[in-house]
Amino acid sequence: MADKSAEPLVQVENLKMHFPIYSGVFRRHTGDVKAVDGVSFSIRAGETLGLVGESGCGKSTVGRAILRLYEPTAGRVVIDGEDIATLDAERLRQKRPSMQMVFQDPQASLNPRMTLSAIIAEPLVEHTRMSADERQARVFELMDAVGLNRRFANRYPHEFSGGQRQRIGIARALALNPKFIVCDEPIAALDVSIQAQVVNLLEELQDRLGLTYLFISHDLSMVRHIADRVAVMYLGRIAELGPRDALYGRPLHPYTQALLSAVPEPDPDIETARRRIILKGDVPSPANPPEGCNFCTRCPKVMDICRRVEPAFREVEPGRFAACHLHADTKETAGATTAREASKSIQQGV
Amino acid sequence: MPDGALPVLDVRGLRTVFRTRGGEVHAVNSVSFHLKRGEVLGVVGESGSGKSVTMMSLIGLLPSPPAEIRGGQVMLGDRDLLKIDAESLRQVRGAKVGFVFQDPMTSLNPVFTVGMQIMEPLREHMGMDKAQAEARAVELLELVGIPDAKKRLKSYPHQFSGGMRQRVMIAIALACNPDVLIADEPTTALDVTIQAQILELVKELRQKLGMAIIWITHDLGVIANIADRVMVMYGGQVVEHGPVKELFSFPRHPYTRALLKTIPSITGAREARLQVIEGQPPILNAAPTACPFRARCLHAMEICSQQNPERRAVDDAPLGHGHDVACHWSPPAMHEVSHG
Repeated sequence: MADKSAEPLVQVENLKMHFPIYSGVFRRHTGDVKAVDGVSFSIRAGETLGLVGESGCGKSTVGRAILRLYEPTAGRVVIDGEDIATLDAERLRQKRPSMQMVFQDPQASLNPRMTLSAIIAEPLVEHTRMSADERQARVFELMDAVGLNRRFANRYPHEFSGGQRQRIGIARALALNPKFIVCDEPIAALDVSIQAQVVNLLEELQDRLGLTYLFISHDLSMVRHIADRVAVMYLGRIAELGPRDALYGRPLHPYTQALLSAVPEPDPDIETARRRIILKGDVPSPANPPEGCNFCTRCPKVMDICRRVEPAFREVEPGRFAACHLHADTKETAGATTAREASKSIQQGV
Repeated sequence: MPDGALPVLDVRGLRTVFRTRGGEVHAVNSVSFHLKRGEVLGVVGESGSGKSVTMMSLIGLLPSPPAEIRGGQVMLGDRDLLKIDAESLRQVRGAKVGFVFQDPMTSLNPVFTVGMQIMEPLREHMGMDKAQAEARAVELLELVGIPDAKKRLKSYPHQFSGGMRQRVMIAIALACNPDVLIADEPTTALDVTIQAQILELVKELRQKLGMAIIWITHDLGVIANIADRVMVMYGGQVVEHGPVKELFSFPRHPYTRALLKTIPSITGAREARLQVIEGQPPILNAAPTACPFRARCLHAMEICSQQNPERRAVDDAPLGHGHDVACHWSPPAMHEVSHG
């Protein structure tokens, strides 16, 4: 469990990641896809921050931008005391061992022409001066850690199942003893019965090695299981961020409320009893987000102000942040609003 | 039949085998089920459990070779779909049985307008002329909740979002008022808020049109939401089947029981560690002679590796109409469970 007083290991401030759109005969720069548009959060050492949202909301882009797999358009990303966003190439390379990533598709993220042991050893070759024997020993150690049989060391990725491939990806990410791992939808491509195996492995490794995770997922029930705190993204911004139990128990932002109510529970009695908040329409394009609050086109509680003024992302209760005009009053009155919200949510079966 | 109604669809002992260079794959092993008018049958299982292959076998959608249907009976009304010729089967597909696939992008033709694709089955199966078909297409798009239907007929699939494309697919599947709608993971590629929209739509359409629905998914939450009955598949077989409430409140098969425990809840108590089903799904390279789940089963006994268990009823209803399970093991009675 995270130590509350600890300094954040990862601090992201106003991160923006815009992808330019070029169009016309002269490929003129005509606009930007604002995939991530001003995102701020911090992750304490040893903590898991869950980052949830629907496809296209920018959650994976956040994960990639903070490891500088993309060049961020603006903002600061401080990991372990250093601003990643501005490091030069060589310093960044030296920093890489402390921050790693586990990718969604274990098929696409493993080189089909490399053996398992070559895949796991590659970061060791790149970043350490280990001898071949030392590397082999470390590879075996890592394979043990993620539950892969040592006999498989010389096999190729296609000989493994999806769950095993994800274990290979995790072993590779662990090779250099990182402090911080971005898990980008690590279980989305796996079957239900295998998902639990991989999630348990990630949790065990965190306990054993004191890892810090950014766990990106669209699976809200899995995030509830693994995360200490949760950030909900919508259209390139964070709508709400807060401690897990508070956020799931009493969501503040109308989007979080709708998102949670849309998740079907594997219990027919709950399912027949509950009333869902069904959002109308689709997510607007990030190339042309609506004016004001970016959720105003679908929000069931939209007010006039929402279409004009962008709500600030601010602390509305201790430890809980939201970007919503419903919670824009001072903290005292915000408490009153949320109490009303809560009783409404209960009626709606959230 | 307990309630006197004849099933719209009655499948008995269906067996499908794929012949590959690496040998045979026994994808569907003696699967039986039936479907009544207005009913939603949920089919759950992991990848490779045979749930999609079963449904595609029914209406001859599997390319042969490599697929080969080795036995069984598929009665749609009074016709056995496995016995009729290709032309009659083509008449059944689209007209009597509608299909909605997982990925709405790849199942729509990108070079034709949505309108043409909805009108195609209408002109093909219902013999409508262009004007009639167009009027019906507008009606269908309105039915599935696409605003501005008349104008959208002229749009191409890429001009729709994922959820809207899935609505279009549903409109096409419903075009000829089918008796049976087979939906193969129709919401898996969609976001939860869009999935909620589609689930509402399908429930509404079922009320309005009264067709029977087979809903294939790996998501037990979706099943709990939409199904009347559930069929759990594992290793190409039906391992458990029953009314949705019964099956969720008192699952009999160790696989179903384990599956329900591996998914974290969004409202209930939070477990420190998730329960897991150790091991991997079986490789189906031979006709089963033993229980396919035995290697991963917590309650495996000697008999499980000697004999593939038959489905047996666990209540008073005849087999296939109530709750049944294919397992040698019997769980402790309900009151024992509730006392720990």
